[in-house]
Amino acid sequence: MQITVNGQAMEVEDGLSLEALLARLGVRREFTAVAVNREIAPKSAYPRTRLRDGDRLEIVHPMGGG
Amino acid sequence: MDNPLVLGGREFRSRLIVGTGKYASNEIMRDAIEASGAEIVTVAVRRVSLPGSGQSILDFVDPKRYTLLPNTAGCYTADEAVRTAYLAREAGLGDLVKLEVIGDARTLFPDVQGLLEATKTLAREGFTVLPYTNDDPVLARRLQDAGAAAVMPLGAPIGSGLGIRNPYNIKIILEGVTVPVIVDAGVGTASDAAVAMELGCDGVLMNTAIAGAKDPVPMATAMRLAVEAGRLAFKAGRIPKKLYATASSPLEGVPDWAP
Repeated sequence: MQITVNGQAMEVEDGLSLEALLARLGVRREFTAVAVNREIAPKSAYPRTRLRDGDRLEIVHPMGGG
Repeated sequence: MDNPLVLGGREFRSRLIVGTGKYASNEIMRDAIEASGAEIVTVAVRRVSLPGSGQSILDFVDPKRYTLLPNTAGCYTADEAVRTAYLAREAGLGDLVKLEVIGDARTLFPDVQGLLEATKTLAREGFTVLPYTNDDPVLARRLQDAGAAAVMPLGAPIGSGLGIRNPYNIKIILEGVTVPVIVDAGVGTASDAAVAMELGCDGVLMNTAIAGAKDPVPMATAMRLAVEAGRLAFKAGRIPKKLYATASSPLEGVPDWAP
């Protein structure tokens, strides 16, 4: 199936969990948050959040800003 | 001893809030923040680069030492700003938010309708909302009524360095609200920060004035001193302005030099 992560299209296997995706992408967990299809995914729900074809993810963290 | 700046029940000794954007390096940023004496530091919320680099700005701004103030910069609707605030809170950046709802890309002036709406929503959801707003006294009062923990009028457009363009409006805002008033944006140099504090503002927020200076670390020191000096002058109470001179030395007892 195909998902979009931070604007990039990615091919991943069906039923992949959000937890597994973050591990694969090497995303640091601390001070990071994820929205799936515009809804915020609570950190505690990462392992049981199954991604679906066409999902759009935003993975964010703090950056320099004013 | 001055009373502290209180935002959402938290007390701060420093009245200078600094940003983390546009620095030439993370090391200069870290040293400039240190020199500024700021206790509150703003950050933006942006996509991580993929694959993850493992690097974080928080390796240089210790979240145990500083109170982080995530912003909603780049948001053009109340909905985007509210979602960004939620993301920041979920990321563990706390429940303080510098709320920006931008209405125009060239001036970065706020969309006041969206700003009010987002302030209401986020205040209801338990955020400590610090809205970046126009120097409009009516809007400032509306934002306070909507639950803002402070109002942050611009002195001039973001990054312009034009200083406090309408000190009279800032004064009227100060008379019209009971929440802290923090000048956010427009400061170019130390005297601008001092002017804001001399007017009676509760604090000043700046980024470009320090980060964009030729030498940011001494500029950060200058800003710290200017904010302190302006605050002291305000508390001390300046003399009224007069058109004509009043002699400082006694008029009596002047020697007679007539030949």
